Amino acid sequence: MELYLQTLANGISLGSLYALIAIGYTMVYGILRLINFAHADLLMVAGYIAFYGIMVFALPWWFSFLIAIALTALLGVSIEKIAYRPLRNAPRISVLISAIGVSFLLENLGIVAIGARPKSFPRPEELVWNIKLGDISFLSLTVIIPIVTLLLLVAVTYMVNKTKTGTAMRAVSRDFETASLMAVDVNKVVSTTFLVGSSLAAVGGILYSLQYPQIDPLMGVFPGLKCFIAAVMGGIGSIPGAMLGGFILGMGEVFLVAFMPELSGYRDAFAFVILIFILLFKPTGILGENVVEKV
Amino acid sequence: MLKIEDLHVYYGGIHALKGITMEVPENKIVTLVGANGAGKSTTLRAISSLVQPTQGKITFHGEDITKTKTADIVKKGITLVPEGRRIFANLTVLENINMGAFARNDKDGIKKDIQRIYEMFPRLKEREWQAAGTLSGGEQQMLAIGRALMSRPAVLMMDEPSLGLAPLLVKEVFRIIKEIYSQGMTILLIEQNATAALQVADYGYVLETGNIVLQGPGKELAANDEVKRAYLGKA
Repeated sequence: MELYLQTLANGISLGSLYALIAIGYTMVYGILRLINFAHADLLMVAGYIAFYGIMVFALPWWFSFLIAIALTALLGVSIEKIAYRPLRNAPRISVLISAIGVSFLLENLGIVAIGARPKSFPRPEELVWNIKLGDISFLSLTVIIPIVTLLLLVAVTYMVNKTKTGTAMRAVSRDFETASLMAVDVNKVVSTTFLVGSSLAAVGGILYSLQYPQIDPLMGVFPGLKCFIAAVMGGIGSIPGAMLGGFILGMGEVFLVAFMPELSGYRDAFAFVILIFILLFKPTGILGENVVEKV
Repeated sequence: MLKIEDLHVYYGGIHALKGITMEVPENKIVTLVGANGAGKSTTLRAISSLVQPTQGKITFHGEDITKTKTADIVKKGITLVPEGRRIFANLTVLENINMGAFARNDKDGIKKDIQRIYEMFPRLKEREWQAAGTLSGGEQQMLAIGRALMSRPAVLMMDEPSLGLAPLLVKEVFRIIKEIYSQGMTILLIEQNATAALQVADYGYVLETGNIVLQGPGKELAANDEVKRAYLGKA
């Protein structure tokens, strides 16, 4: 029973982390029909900025985190401006290659500038402590991560569905040209999308660094890939889908490791097996776009 | 009010508009007729800056808007109802209408205009919360027109508003065009249904492979033998 509860808590925690990151993939895909491979590396960038803020500049942790989020968001927006916008009318494969290029660039810049050796991420006492409940004990993060995620998910859902900017985002994702005929500045909407997605990735990256307190320049690759799979599983382009996919994937992974420890070596493979099955049996994902449209 | 002088547009190597000069006076209906590929849509798309002309000038109230961005052209008062309706299928009917008012900030005015649109198109009110993609073709066209009116344009450009609609709905579309016009709107209309278009138009231009070959008051053109033979399907 305890094991079960503990695992459930861990699953929710990891799942919400995945959900947070998966949203960035799905939002960008929804608007540009692009898998933004650089998204994964934003986790790493946020982790390192937060790390240096605390360790080198001796900033309070919350301030360092805020700066990390702001700078990462700015980086995300700049990546779109520099690497994707000039290719707006190019074939989609060109933009995809550009995204992979940015990803490699960030990873290798990290290796050259910072070094490939992992650094241990500081865990502020106010944020990370042990909670004991009867026989189960867990880190405060197990609770903090889902709460932070939930708040952000609610905020993003509200923004996309209820605000003018959000409506414009959905309109642009459907049809660039017609949106511009509604006096929408399409470039601004695309930038906003990257701003939101990258901020979420930054929060995800910081939470990930707190949860697994070792950061290195390639730390974003695996969680990034998994969150991409989560987004595909939920139905890429769909925000609720990304959340759902993230939770399913996180839960599945944690439960696999807890209840079939002999398979725990396959925990990363688990995500890819799921991807293969999704692509085989429901390529549009669980909540994938399937708008009935009369022409 | 809207003037086009010697407009040239290329699509890659194709010379789509070969020097078009025309004018849309205030509170008139002007129509462009011509076969497929004559350059009708291209003309409207150039006015909206969806394609960039290589040569020529477009002025609105005397101001050069040839290089103005699409969004700013809408803000200046020229709105296009695009060919094929192009409603946002993933948004609700009301959200589509609200998108038309994107550049506006007068909440009360927007509310009033939505009521006006609903009076003009009662079906849209009934389906306010439905995803626009589930509307029928005719309803989608009403939505596209209503959405465009929400920007309070001075000039409304319509690209084939009756395309693919049943005869009864085609009539309805023309009734609406006349109604909007009677409220003081300036309209630039493209129609494959040349007879109907020339009947409602104050002035018409006949396009042929990127050139204007004929022009005149709508009814005169409709009576012109050459136009009849080429575009109206009458011997």
